[in-house]
Amino acid sequence: MPPEPAADTQLAELGRGLDVLTVEEPAQRRPVWRRVVSVVVPPLIAIGLVLLGWQIVVWAKLKKDYEVPPPSQVWHTLADLWNRDVLQRAVWQSMSRGLLGFAIAVAIGTPLGLLVARVKPIRAAIGPLLSGLQSLPSVAWVPLAIILYGLSPATIYTVVLLGAVPSIANGMVAGIDQIPPLYLRVGRVLGARGLVAARHIVLPAAMPGYVAGLKQGWAFSWRSLMAAELITQSPRLGTGVGQLLDSGRVQQDAPLVFAMILVILILGIAVDQVIFAPLERTVLRRRGLSGA
Amino acid sequence: MTVTEIEQEAVVRPETAVAVSGLVKRFGTGPVVLDHVSLEVTEGEFVCLLGASGCGKSTLLSVLAGLDQPTGGSVTVNGGRAALMFQEPALLPWLTASRNIELALKLGGGRFGGRSVAAREVRRTEAARLLSLVRLDSAAGKRPHELSGGMRQRVALARALAQQPRVLLMDEPFAALDAITRDLLHDELVRVWRETGVTVVFVTHNVREAVRLGQRVLLMSSRPGRIVQEYAVALEGARRIESPEVAELSVVITDRLREEIRRHAA
Repeated sequence: MPPEPAADTQLAELGRGLDVLTVEEPAQRRPVWRRVVSVVVPPLIAIGLVLLGWQIVVWAKLKKDYEVPPPSQVWHTLADLWNRDVLQRAVWQSMSRGLLGFAIAVAIGTPLGLLVARVKPIRAAIGPLLSGLQSLPSVAWVPLAIILYGLSPATIYTVVLLGAVPSIANGMVAGIDQIPPLYLRVGRVLGARGLVAARHIVLPAAMPGYVAGLKQGWAFSWRSLMAAELITQSPRLGTGVGQLLDSGRVQQDAPLVFAMILVILILGIAVDQVIFAPLERTVLRRRGLSGA
Repeated sequence: MTVTEIEQEAVVRPETAVAVSGLVKRFGTGPVVLDHVSLEVTEGEFVCLLGASGCGKSTLLSVLAGLDQPTGGSVTVNGGRAALMFQEPALLPWLTASRNIELALKLGGGRFGGRSVAAREVRRTEAARLLSLVRLDSAAGKRPHELSGGMRQRVALARALAQQPRVLLMDEPFAALDAITRDLLHDELVRVWRETGVTVVFVTHNVREAVRLGQRVLLMSSRPGRIVQEYAVALEGARRIESPEVAELSVVITDRLREEIRRHAA
C-alpha cells in the first residue's frame, strides 16, 4: 500500500527541516590577515624576548664575550658563512641526508609496525624491544657504527635508522591499537577480510597514530643525524651543520657554535612546520578531531 | 487494527528469508545466552525482536550476520546476504557520506545497470541513488562529523542497502536519537522498506517502537534468551507511535515483558 503523495511530500519536508535544525552552521571564518597575525605574531614576540634576554646577559657581562657573543656577532658569522656559500652547502648536505634517512626509516618502520601490531608472536618477540629502543639515546650507536662501517655515510645512516625506525613502527602499532573495535566490525559486516581490510579499514583508521609516529620519527632522525655528524669528521663525509658545529668547538669559535645551534634548531622546526604539522592537521580535521 | 496472540510453534512458510531452528549460543564456557531459539521470517516481512537487557537480541543478530558462530542448532539466511546496522551509525570518519557507501558497493561486488562496481563511476552513481532514497542528496560530499545523528543513521541505512541484502538486520538503530528524529526515521524506514521490499529484522527494547514498526513482534525472555511470545500486528493504514492501537498493544506486551523480568527477582 503506497503512502499518499501528499503525506510523502510532508514527510520529505519534515526531514529537510529537521536536517537544517540539527546541523550546526559552520562558524564564520575570520579574515585571512587576522588568522595570519594570530599565528605569526606570538612566536615573533617570543623570539624577540629571547634575543632581548640574550643581549641583556651580554650587556651585564655575566660571561666573557668569547664565551657568550652578542646576537649581532652571531648574525655576522651567519652572514659570512652564507656569503662564502658554506652555510648553504652544509644545510643541503645535512638536510638531504636527514630526509633520505627518514624516507628509508619510513619504508622499514611502516611494514615493521604493521607486522608487530597484527602478528601476535612477532609482537611478543620484539614489541618490548621496539619501545625500549626509543629510550636508548641514538648517540650510543655511533661508536658501534664507526667500528662496523668506519667514517663513511653508512655509519651516519645506520645511526639515523636506529633512531627513527622504532618511533615510526611504534606510531603504527599505537595507531592500530587505538582503532575503535566498531570500525573493524563494520569492515567485517561489509565483507572486508585480510589484505582488503588492511587497505580499506585498518590503515586509514590508524592514520592519526601513524602520522604522530612519523612526526616523532622525523625528530629522532634529525637528532640522530646531528649526533652522528658531531662525532664523525672526515673528508669522505663532507661538511654538514653538525660538523660545522664541532669545528666551532675545536676552534673555540663561540659565534660559530651559537650560529650552528640556531641553524639546527630552525631546520628541525621548519621541516616539522612545513611537512608534518599540515599533514597532521589535515588528518585530524577530516575526522572532525581538531578544534581548528 | 487487530491484535492476535500466537503461542510459538514452528510454521513452515513458502518464501522464507530467515530460518532459525533450535539455536543455542554460549561464549566459551559462560552461561547460555540463547536457548533453543527458533524463528522464521518471510521474504519482505518486517519483524521486531523485543526484550529487556541481557536477552541476547544483539547476539542473535550477530549470529544471523555471520559475525558469531552458533553453538548449536541451525541458522539459514536465504541468499546469504544480510546487512547489519548498529546503534552507532559506524560510518568511517575519514570518508565522505558518498565514499562510505561506495566502499560498501566495492567490497560487496556485483553489478548495477549491467556494469561492474569495479568502475568508480558506477559506484558513484549508485551511491547517489541510495543517498537520494534516504533523502540525503545534498550530503554526498559531507563527512560524518558534519552530519547530525539522524542524518548519519540514514547514511548508514543507505550503506547497508548498498550491500544489496536480502535481509536487513537492525540492532537498536535509533536508540541514541532524540524523540523527534526517531519518530521521523520510523516513517522513513517504513517508506524505504516498502520501496525496496527488503526483509527487516529489527531489534529494540522499546515496546512502542516495536509495535509502531513491526508486522510481527517476537518477545524474548532474558538469561537465557528465548522467544516466549509472538504478537501479530495487523496494520491498517499509516501507524504512528501515538496511535491508540499502538498504545493498546504496547500495554499488553509491556505487562508480559514485566512478568518476564519479575521472574528474575526470585
